[in-house]
Amino acid sequence: MEQVTFFAVAILAVVSALALVLRRNPIHGALFLVVNLGCVAVLYLLLGAEFLALAQVIIYAGAVMVLFVFAIMVLIPGKEETGPDPLRSQRLLAVPLGALLLLETILVLRSQVVSGGLARLPGFQPWARSPAALPAVRPGGIESVGRLLLGEYLFAFEVTSVLLLAALVGVLTLAKRKAG
Amino acid sequence: MVPEAYYTGLSAILFSIGVVGVLVRRNPLVIFMSIELMLNAANLALVAFGTRFGGADAQVLVFFVMTVAAAEVAVGLAIIVAIFRLRRRLSVDDLSLMRW
Repeated sequence: MEQVTFFAVAILAVVSALALVLRRNPIHGALFLVVNLGCVAVLYLLLGAEFLALAQVIIYAGAVMVLFVFAIMVLIPGKEETGPDPLRSQRLLAVPLGALLLLETILVLRSQVVSGGLARLPGFQPWARSPAALPAVRPGGIESVGRLLLGEYLFAFEVTSVLLLAALVGVLTLAKRKAG
Repeated sequence: MVPEAYYTGLSAILFSIGVVGVLVRRNPLVIFMSIELMLNAANLALVAFGTRFGGADAQVLVFFVMTVAAAEVAVGLAIIVAIFRLRRRLSVDDLSLMRW
């Protein structure tokens, strides 16, 4: 199962990377890069790096790519949404697909996996657990990352915030229009 | 369990595609996105190597790489926007001078 997931995601990652390089339209390239970043996030999950998978989705696929798309839209004005719809057949599929997703979500929420399984997880009822019931720290898991980040690498962590502040000030200086 | 060599192989492929993108494209935005692709490939290799030793040090390092990449994207896009305001064109072939 893990192998199947790996190869499916790896092929998708390579195809989306090739599409980024080969497509002429930068907006299409940006969207393919989002697909690629998502694939790498899945690979992080396969490697057991949950924290990085979440950070990848939030920082890269979320913040960084929004910045990219924003810059592309500012610099390369696109066409307005007028005239006949070239993707009419695809758009007609949207409503059934949305309904299907809703049905799937309801089925998953009603299933035993979520309602029966969650209650058995050790962290689901934090008010009821004693310190002895805590699971052991898995090496490479999210808890050890947190301990390292705010323990051994605390100085680097704080320096990173100074770096982000410097980048913020630098961007404001660069992008500001000259007064007068 | 997928062998570690598969991850590093995939990372090498993605990195090479990123290099090709930087070399063949002329739009600075696409070049920039190709650089992001290369950074991601390097991150993937780092995490794959890190699992061999079982600790989380590699993940912390990758987290810092992500932060620096985010700062780099912000500054780089600001530079591209500033250049575009000055030149009204987006092609790296025009940017052969160190001053204007």
